[in-house]
Amino acid sequence: MENLDSERHTIAVLVDNEPGVLARVIGLFSGRGYNIESLTVSTVSEDKTMSRITIVTLGTPMIIEQIKAQLDRLVPVSDVHDLTDEGPHIEREVALIKLLAKGPERRESLRIADIFRARVADTTVSSFVFMVTGTQKKIDAFTELMRSLGEVEVARSGVVAIARGSEVL
Amino acid sequence: MASERMTGAEIVMKALADLGVDVVFGYPGGAVLPIYDALFKQNHIRHILVRQEGGAVHAAEGYARSTGKIGVVLVTSGPGATNAVTGLTDALMDSVPIVCLTGQVPTHLIGNDAFQECDTTGITRPCTKHNYLVKDVQDLGRVLHEAFYVAGSGRPGPVVVDLPKDVQFAEGDYEAPRSAVHKTYKPRVKGDRGSIEKAVELLSGAKKPIIYAGGGVINAGDKGSQLLTQLVRMTGYPCTLTLMGLGAFPASDDQFLGMLGMHGTYEANMAMHGCDVMLCVGARFDDRVTGRLDAFAPGAKKIHIDIDPSSINKNVRVDVPIVGDVAYVLEDLIKLWKSSQSGVDGKALDTWWEQIAAWRAVKSLDFKQSDTVIKPQHAIRRLYEATKGRETYITTEVGQHQMWAAQHFPFDEPKHWMTSGGLGTMGYGLPAAVGVQLAHPDALVVDIAGEASTMMNIQELSTAMQYRAKIKVFILNNQYMGMVRQWQELLHGGRYSETYSEALPDFVKLAEAFGAVGLRAEKPDQLDNVIAEMIATDNAVIADICVDPAENCFPMIPSGAAHNDMLLGPEDENESSVSKDGMVLV
Repeated sequence: MENLDSERHTIAVLVDNEPGVLARVIGLFSGRGYNIESLTVSTVSEDKTMSRITIVTLGTPMIIEQIKAQLDRLVPVSDVHDLTDEGPHIEREVALIKLLAKGPERRESLRIADIFRARVADTTVSSFVFMVTGTQKKIDAFTELMRSLGEVEVARSGVVAIARGSEVL
Repeated sequence: MASERMTGAEIVMKALADLGVDVVFGYPGGAVLPIYDALFKQNHIRHILVRQEGGAVHAAEGYARSTGKIGVVLVTSGPGATNAVTGLTDALMDSVPIVCLTGQVPTHLIGNDAFQECDTTGITRPCTKHNYLVKDVQDLGRVLHEAFYVAGSGRPGPVVVDLPKDVQFAEGDYEAPRSAVHKTYKPRVKGDRGSIEKAVELLSGAKKPIIYAGGGVINAGDKGSQLLTQLVRMTGYPCTLTLMGLGAFPASDDQFLGMLGMHGTYEANMAMHGCDVMLCVGARFDDRVTGRLDAFAPGAKKIHIDIDPSSINKNVRVDVPIVGDVAYVLEDLIKLWKSSQSGVDGKALDTWWEQIAAWRAVKSLDFKQSDTVIKPQHAIRRLYEATKGRETYITTEVGQHQMWAAQHFPFDEPKHWMTSGGLGTMGYGLPAAVGVQLAHPDALVVDIAGEASTMMNIQELSTAMQYRAKIKVFILNNQYMGMVRQWQELLHGGRYSETYSEALPDFVKLAEAFGAVGLRAEKPDQLDNVIAEMIATDNAVIADICVDPAENCFPMIPSGAAHNDMLLGPEDENESSVSKDGMVLV
């Protein structure tokens, strides 16, 4: 096997919205020892019969090719798109970050939130819940800054992605 | 066609009949009682009662592989389903089309840890091609038809349909669907024209070509084998087959180099190693075939025809991948070869055949026959001689006897050799033989077995007796789990940890206890008589052939070694021949 470096790929998988389909996809990754960096899933078609799974994975080019072939082989999978290979695309994530802080830290957190265009989704006198969207890197950076201000709890959605341009899958 | 109103259980029977099913292998239980009741009331479908559900799947596999049809299994919930798991995994690994209907507790009890409940779809998800849980009787007819389509099309495999008991009782509408088109599942059968052109170009320019074919040729139907044979003869190129592919090209043909891989012939493996163009047809570069990957056919341009895109570039990177059904692709390839007036490099090919002849002269399958003890290879060769000219089907268990059978029992036709290749399931051969015999009542069906494997599913001899399946269990009894012992000899200093078959039954008496016939050969001069009597006996037979307990299976590519690094016989055997990296491989 070629010993090439791992690459990060974002793959969009369109699946028939039947019970167990997510278990099939996840089972495939764990059963064959592939990496999942992030995975999101939601119904996307108007009639709710199709779902879109966005998977961020790491592997050598040969493994990435295998992952796509194995996904495509699953009976309820209708389409597999390697967004990383297919051209420019947008990746975004949503995070909800709860910060416990008082005094100057509390004020500083609002300033930083403003810089990151995060919104306050909930507040008490001793806490904020910020909602921030953006690339993984942006959310990593925001989370790190919040950690330096107090105790935090983080909920992240994982990556959703779509190709740039006018083409529709 | 108007739809008909009936119960779920009746829909099952009607759909099976509509799908042309004539035999079902199964075992009843609480969660499938309605289906068994519907079965009782009809006379299209014959039910074969096995003795354990694992046997049902192997019998269905034998039936499927010897007929090209889909094997059907019917078992109950819980333990019925879990017992079927080994067979399902076996069918998945060897691409055998199976539809397994499992009973399930009623829908309102699912998830409640009810009696004989298990998460059947969860357990069988990784060991089936696809599975279904039918929660609404209105879906049942469509799902059953779809299950058969998925199992039998593309790369075949096992499909489970889990049927809660309330769905079996519920009334619903049944209508046989007109088309088999699936919303998301669309296997590709026709190969890409450009790639086939490239393949023809590579093949015609080859100086040291080889055609390496596998089970995919047999799964492509009789046409697959015919086209492969046509291609091999048309080009004059050498051909080797995998364990699963035996019979896809006639073994008696001069262009056949024998099986390749770990226990393949010297000439097949050396030709694989030294070739400059390799055409892989319906095989999957399994680790038993390739040996050490970084030393696998280092100088070869590789063309790979496979219906499963995930088989391509999985283990070995190939130069020309062609996704499609072997029969379709070979047909196009042969047409293109003819129309492009592709010739072969005759001079280079002569040199290549001379080289192959030199490798053949090593006679890697030779063994020293003895006057005092029966050599297992000899027993198989004598069996072959005695069965010549008869319609003979061979199944095997797993181990040394399996490899000896593959080496010493030649097959000229596809679908006559049934063995557990991918999963390596001991206990496969006996129930598989029952399935084969029921599909071919007048043929001779022999399970070439080892004594340890035979003990794994011996209960199915009772099934054979009930349905007068006159299978012949030909045990090469060396009193060891021979293949494991061989590895212990090679890799673990000859410490035979737990591989002696202690406390074996008297197989002659055992056969008699089942109502079958027991025979035994202890000396070489008894062998032919026992084989003749076994074949002539109008009953199931266990032939206990007491063979040399010390014999090992050669030639052999030790794990972690390359094709050109074979052990040819016991004199080659020493611990240092296996690297540390090789030790961890199985």
